[in-house]
Amino acid sequence: VIPVAFDYVRAGSVDEALAALGEHGDDAKLLAGGHSLLPLMKLRLATPGVLVDIGRLSDLSYIRDAGDHVAIGGLTRHRALETSDLLAEQVPLLAHAAGQVGDPQVRHRGTIGGSIAHGDPASDLPAVLLALRATVVARGTGGDREIPIDDLFTGFLETALEPTEILAEIRVPKVPGAGWSFQKFNRRAQDWAIVGVACVRNGTTGIGLVNMGSTPVRAAAAEEALAGGASATDAAERADEGTEPTADLNASEEYRRHLAKVLVRRALEESGT
Amino acid sequence: MTVVGTRMVRKEDPRLLTGEGRYVDDLVIPGARWLGMVRSPFAHARIGSIDASEALARPGVEAVLTGADLRDHWAAPMPCAWPVTEDMRNPEHFPVALDKACYAGDIVAVVVGESRTAVADALDTVVVDYDPLPAVVDLQDAVSDRVVIHDALGTNTSYKWELIPDADAVERAFAEATHVVSERYVQQRLIPAAMEPRGVAVVPQPHGGEATVYSSTQIPHILKVMLAATTGTPEHKLRVIAPSVGGGFGSKLDVYAEELIALAVAKQLGVPTRWTEGRTEGATATIQGRGQIQDIELAADADGKVTAVRVNLLADMGAYLQLVTPGIPLLGAFLYHGVYDIPAYSFTCTGVFTTMTPTDAYRGAGRPEATYAIERAMESLARAVGVGPDEIRRRNYIRADQFPYSSAPGLVFDSGDYEPSLDRALELIGYDDLRAEQAARRERGDTKELGIGISTYVEMCGLAPSRVLASLSYGAGGWESGAVRVLPTGTVQVVSGATPHGQGHETSWSMIVADKLGVDPDAIEVLHSDTAISPTGMDTYGSRSLSVGGTAIAMAADKVVDKARAIAAHQLEVSEDDLTFADGVFSVAGSPDKELAIQAIAFQAFTAHDLPDGMEPGLSSEVTWDPPNFTFPFGTHIAVVEVDTETGEVRLVDYAAVDDCGNQVNPLIVEGQVHGGIVQGVAQALWEGAVFDDDGTLRNPTLMDYLVPSPMEVPSFKLDHTTTPSPTNPLGVKGIGEAGTIGSAPAAVNAICDALSPYGIFDIEMPATPERVWQAVTAARASQEAAK
Repeated sequence: VIPVAFDYVRAGSVDEALAALGEHGDDAKLLAGGHSLLPLMKLRLATPGVLVDIGRLSDLSYIRDAGDHVAIGGLTRHRALETSDLLAEQVPLLAHAAGQVGDPQVRHRGTIGGSIAHGDPASDLPAVLLALRATVVARGTGGDREIPIDDLFTGFLETALEPTEILAEIRVPKVPGAGWSFQKFNRRAQDWAIVGVACVRNGTTGIGLVNMGSTPVRAAAAEEALAGGASATDAAERADEGTEPTADLNASEEYRRHLAKVLVRRALEESGT
Repeated sequence: MTVVGTRMVRKEDPRLLTGEGRYVDDLVIPGARWLGMVRSPFAHARIGSIDASEALARPGVEAVLTGADLRDHWAAPMPCAWPVTEDMRNPEHFPVALDKACYAGDIVAVVVGESRTAVADALDTVVVDYDPLPAVVDLQDAVSDRVVIHDALGTNTSYKWELIPDADAVERAFAEATHVVSERYVQQRLIPAAMEPRGVAVVPQPHGGEATVYSSTQIPHILKVMLAATTGTPEHKLRVIAPSVGGGFGSKLDVYAEELIALAVAKQLGVPTRWTEGRTEGATATIQGRGQIQDIELAADADGKVTAVRVNLLADMGAYLQLVTPGIPLLGAFLYHGVYDIPAYSFTCTGVFTTMTPTDAYRGAGRPEATYAIERAMESLARAVGVGPDEIRRRNYIRADQFPYSSAPGLVFDSGDYEPSLDRALELIGYDDLRAEQAARRERGDTKELGIGISTYVEMCGLAPSRVLASLSYGAGGWESGAVRVLPTGTVQVVSGATPHGQGHETSWSMIVADKLGVDPDAIEVLHSDTAISPTGMDTYGSRSLSVGGTAIAMAADKVVDKARAIAAHQLEVSEDDLTFADGVFSVAGSPDKELAIQAIAFQAFTAHDLPDGMEPGLSSEVTWDPPNFTFPFGTHIAVVEVDTETGEVRLVDYAAVDDCGNQVNPLIVEGQVHGGIVQGVAQALWEGAVFDDDGTLRNPTLMDYLVPSPMEVPSFKLDHTTTPSPTNPLGVKGIGEAGTIGSAPAAVNAICDALSPYGIFDIEMPATPERVWQAVTAARASQEAAK
């Protein structure tokens, strides 16, 4: 219940936050909505020496039309995604999936940037952004750099972000009128998915998987099969190919593989061709 | 005007819902030292040296106390109030372990510090030299004595208890039976997870005044007695207060190590002490519920009329015997025939120690387990006989004309009429339509099967007649006390021996007294849960408060009215027989000027200027009531589930409950109890279960992993009731606190098995997780394929 003692810095601007990160390096963690980090700290599984609070940087909270894509500030709360008219029209999969994250308290505090930067394979939004082939923008003292979502997740709770960078923006290609589906299989509404599937079909098909390995992963074999003309049923049989799901109290590895196949088939059926 | 029977909103709620409740952790206690418990990470280990030097060097840490340091504070070991047999083995154990830890969570040292954070940081720095021993987490393994946990006992078996009124009759029934059903069920361990974790604070009083103990407990009165007995503190110098208490479900019906430690350290250091449990800490530090392997056999004739039931239990005590640990199976021991008229009865139980958290009372305590076994086994019998689940029950119900019913195991059921509750539940749920829908789905090969599960239950509550408790070797009585006093200015105080922790006593007691005295319920204040204010009581558990404590309150109110009548007759100069009492006013028929309100009489009783000769001043009364019998609430629950045969997911899609708790004081509170009870029972069926690994480590100690359901997981419930008043008490009430939990788990599992019957799946272990269901379906499909 009680975290290990830590120092707290409230950043008044992105530059201040970057400066604090530069000063403390690995010992610092960014605090946004706090809904992944604080529980870990209370269980003493995470023990950062310094928290750099960026939760009040309103200039990183936005959902903007940027031509061929929607630009989303890293500090945008799940609730804002869930209720965005722009997303409902241009990227309905993301708006819907954001409404499935945790419970109302989590959605009012948690941020998309925090969820992505945490890199948790059990989180919903990384899989959604994989399906949508999004790009993230990392901001450091030297400026911005773009990272394709496929290059972001490098290991369990590890990303390609440098300790001195802030995940400033997520760029999501517009897919108006595309077929889509989000299948979240869990035992209680507020839980992480045991397995989840995000799917968007817009000529090509993107499929992201939740909780099917140590990182958020793409159902690459199924996508490839569909590109090669396979039926939804046949493609779904390859949903778990190349994944390395873990076993836990909710599911064995075998059961996760099975669920991935069933859920990908259902997602494809719901998305249409 | 009557208030009883109306849906009055709870008087407690504005306070609790606006955050104005005062729980132990909310108390401001100047100078209090925080305590932190160093707990064994091993389920079974010898404790070697304890090095506290690093902890003691930390800022804000005052002391680190080991079992040896505190040993002299204990006048007696931790108490067990229910020695169920004369030769029951009860390992001596103390609040802080001396040489061995017997479960992961056992306390091995106590850190005392000036703040909660200082203590939290210091806990990790106390270095304990453990010598790990093999864990015992399987009941069959435990009873084999492969590893003996308590060296001094020489065995893991605590006791064997049996209830076999006529062994020959049982043998004969099985020999002559047309159908014999033999089943084994596993009652998994459950974590009570009350909304408020436990907490305790002790404030020593100056000049040898000993101590005031604040505890998040269901049992302040019993705790006072036990604190005195175990610490040697004179009982008359102890005051125990249970402030706002946020739920217990039986888990706070106990005397805990931390309560004793807080008192001992406060006495030793002469300062206030306090401790609040962490949620993860509480998962192992607070008792767990259930934990049984049940073997049940039914003998029946060709028509499916059950002639005998034979039950053998293996019950998990955990590492030690807590307050009533060994008695929990006995609370179900008399009810394995359920609502059925079964003439021959055999029950045996073996209690065994394991290296896991001690078990004890958890909502229903013994009765959910009994109901589960008989209600699941009746499904097997229905299948064997070839009749529906409703029909097999109708053929066996105790008939209405058999009440009061003397059961084979020796109870007298006060009143009942079971079939109407089944009829009404079937009607509420739309049974015939559901069966048609089920058939249609099967016809079209739908991957989502529908299942309907029936459960009819009876329970014994209103604990209890003291003489019956004596016959069961229980260490206390079952009476309850209540007092009513009309104050000089006409408002009313009610003093309750029963101690609420969410049940709404303040509302219900106000309603009862409002009707008795003819006053506004808002003019009544209910005082409770402080041994200085309410010096006697047996507290709240076992659905006893209304039928025992509420009756005491009602009787006290009657005595107040009797005294008021005598005063009114005296002052109005009429005979008592000429007085009528209505809406709080005594009046004389035919003499409209002659009347006296009870408030005015209270003032007269206060001044005592003009009372009948020899009458004591004051308008108050106190009653202690010992009921003549238990009460026997009953009802029928029907669960409807949808089982996704591709994923194994089970969704509860509809639910009907028709409960009979006798007369209802407040239907709103009754429904609230039923709602919560149903979810708690279905939680055992679908979501909850403490999972220990082979090393005895609890794998799901957080609420992320231990799945307590939320309202999102359940549908709205269809509720109704029948009313069969109890003749056991003048209110005609029975109790409703545990009914929902007792009826619902078997209904849910019966529904799942009903859904999966085409696969030949007739049992699924609780909790019926998606993976378990999927594995069962996968295995059934494979064997069906093989058969082709």
